Amino acid sequence: MSYVLIIGAKSDIAKEVARTYAKNGYNLYLAARESSSLEDLKQDIEVRSGVHVELKEFDITAYETHESFYKELQEKPLGVIVVSGYMVEQKLAQKDFNESLQTINVNYTGAVSILNIVANDFESERRGFIVGVSSVAGDRGRKANYIYGSSKAAFTAYLGGLRNRLYESGVSVLTVKPGFVNTKMTENLDLPEKLTAEPEDVANDIYNAQQKGRNVLYTKSIWLLVMLIIKHIPEFMFKKMSI
Amino acid sequence: MSLISWGMYPKIKNQKFSLRDTTTLCNYIKESKEFIPFGNGRSYGDSAINENILYVKPYNNFLHFDESAGVLTCQAGVLLSEILDSFVPRGWFLKVTPGTKLITVGGAIASDVHGKNHHIEGCFSECVEEFTIMLEDGTIKSVKKGDELFLATCGGMGLTGVILEAKISLKKINSKFINQTTIKTKNLKETFEAFESNKNLPYSVAWIDCLAQGENIGKCLLMVGDFADDGNLEYKSKKKLSIPFNFPSFALNTLSVKAFNWLYYAKAPDGVSKQKVDIDTFFYPLDAIGNWNRIYGKNGFTQYQFILPKESSFEGLSEILREISTSGKGSFLAVLKLYGKANENYLSFPIEGYSLALDFKIEDGLFELLNKLDEIVVKYSGKIYLTKDVRVSKETFEQGYPQIDKFREFRKENNMDSKFNSLQSKRVEI
Repeated sequence: MSYVLIIGAKSDIAKEVARTYAKNGYNLYLAARESSSLEDLKQDIEVRSGVHVELKEFDITAYETHESFYKELQEKPLGVIVVSGYMVEQKLAQKDFNESLQTINVNYTGAVSILNIVANDFESERRGFIVGVSSVAGDRGRKANYIYGSSKAAFTAYLGGLRNRLYESGVSVLTVKPGFVNTKMTENLDLPEKLTAEPEDVANDIYNAQQKGRNVLYTKSIWLLVMLIIKHIPEFMFKKMSI
Repeated sequence: MSLISWGMYPKIKNQKFSLRDTTTLCNYIKESKEFIPFGNGRSYGDSAINENILYVKPYNNFLHFDESAGVLTCQAGVLLSEILDSFVPRGWFLKVTPGTKLITVGGAIASDVHGKNHHIEGCFSECVEEFTIMLEDGTIKSVKKGDELFLATCGGMGLTGVILEAKISLKKINSKFINQTTIKTKNLKETFEAFESNKNLPYSVAWIDCLAQGENIGKCLLMVGDFADDGNLEYKSKKKLSIPFNFPSFALNTLSVKAFNWLYYAKAPDGVSKQKVDIDTFFYPLDAIGNWNRIYGKNGFTQYQFILPKESSFEGLSEILREISTSGKGSFLAVLKLYGKANENYLSFPIEGYSLALDFKIEDGLFELLNKLDEIVVKYSGKIYLTKDVRVSKETFEQGYPQIDKFREFRKENNMDSKFNSLQSKRVEI
C-alpha cells in the first residue's frame, strides 16, 4: 500500500491525521524535528492498524535539506500533508522580529520549500495529492493575531495557485482551514464550545475531503459562515472593531 | 470551556489539565490541591466533576497486542470504540462492554462497568490483567489482580489515583453479527420468566415500558443472543446522526414518551422473533445518535440505576414501577438486566439480582420522586450505581455498599482522600 508523508507530525492534529490514514490502510512517513519523540505514536499506529510507519528527521526551516530529504525517501509518497505550524502570541511577535520571522518561516517559507519539490515530482508522475493545513486566521487580518494570520494567508494563496497549476496533471490540492481546535496549542484558551473541533473530527474531515478531491475545507463547517461574514465587514467598520 | 458530564447537570466552572505524559502529570499531582480524573464525559452525574479536572482522553496510545493471548496493552485514554475499530476486523471483541463504546479504558476500570453478559462474564475488571496507576505522591505502581489496590481501584471512581495503562484481554469472535431473539412480554412476571429461561445465553437485556399501568406493569422487549459464526468481520463504525442543539424542555413529557414507547413496542412482533443484527445495533443502539443527551433540554437529565438482590427483585421492582407510573414522570425506555454474582471489589455495583436504569430530565419534583424510590431500594436491600448518580444521600448510598468503610480507610491510610475527590465523593463522603 502507498505511503503518505506527514510534515510536522508532532501536533495533535497530525497525530489524528496519521491515525486516520493508517486506519484506511496507508503506510506513513512521519516527519518532524526530533522525530525520535514520535516512537510512541509509531508504536500506537502499528498496533492499531498494522501499517508500516517510518519516522523521518525533518526541519521545515532548514530549506537546504529538503531536496535530499525528499530524494532519500525509499518509496515516493502518494500524498503529502503539511501540518506544520507555529503560533506565538501576537504581542510577542510584534516586539520580537525573530518570533515574526519564525512564524513566517514555519507557516509559509518552509512549506513552500518542501511543497515546491513535492509538486514537481507529483506533476511529472501525474498523480498524488497535497494537503496543506492553513487557518481561518488567514482569511482576514485581525489585530489579535495578524502576524500568524498573514503567514497563513500567504500559505492559502500559495495552495490556491498550486491547485490551479496541478489541475491539468491530475494532482489534487486541498486547503484546510481549521477554526478553533481543542489541542495542546489552545489548552489554556477559553474557546467557545460550539466553534471548537476535536482533533479526531478535523482528521476525519481532512481524510474525507481529500478522498473526494475537494478544494477547500473549513472545519468545523460553521467556520465557512463565520468567515464569510467577517470577510465582508467593510474596512471602515472593521478597523474600529475588536474581534 | 468547562467539562460537563453526560447528564449536563450540574454545570460548574472547572479548570482542565490534559494528561499527555507522566512527567507533567507527576508535577501536576504534586502541585494541585485536589482533582478528579475525567475520561470522555459519559458518566451521567457528578462522579467525574470537580473544580479541577484531569482530562485523560489525550493519553491514548495503543502500546502492545499479544496476538496469541489476545491481550491488548494501552493507555487509559483509549476509547472502547477505538479498540473495536482496530480489533473487530481482526476477530476480537471486548469481553465486557457497557451500552456505549464511547468511554475510556480508564473510565471502564474506575466504574468497573458491566454489560449485557454480566450473568456470565462479570464486570470489566474480570478482563483487566493488570494496570499501572499514579498515586498521590507521584509514584507509579503496577497493580495485579488480587492486590488491595486492584480491589479498591476497580469500581473506585477514580478516587485511588490516576490509571495510566492497562492490559486487557479480548475475546475471539467469528462475526460482526449477533443472532438475536426478541421476546415480547405482557408483564413483569413474564419478563422474569423469560430472563430465567434464557440465562444460558451470553447476552440479555430488556427494555421496559415504565409508563405501562396495572396488569401491564413490567411489560418489555427482551433481547437475548450470541455472536454468529459466519466469518464476516467487515466492521466499520456507522456515520452517526447528531442532535444539533438542546431540545426545548417541554419536548419530553408523558405524552411524547408514551407515543415513543407505543411506537417502539408496536414495531416488534408479538411473542418470540429472531433477527440478525450487527454489533453497533445490538450493543450500542444510542451511540448511533450523537449528543442524544440534548433531547432532555438544557437543564439536563439524570439516570436512576439501582439493583436489587434476586430474592426481593420481583416485589421491589413491582413497587418501584408502580410508583413511577403513578408519578407520570417517565423516561423513554427503561433498561432491565439480570446479573450474576458480585465480585470482591470494594465499590463495584453489581450483585446477583436485577437492575433497572431509568432516565429522567431534571425538573421540579424529580428529586422528591427519586428520594421515594430510594426508600424502596433500601427497603429491599438494593443499591444505587455511582456512575449514573448525581443526588443520592450518604445514608442511602452506604447501606448498599457494605465494604465502604474498608474503602474509606484505604483512602485515608494512603492519603488518597486529600488528592482525589469529586463532587460525588464529597457528597457521600467516600
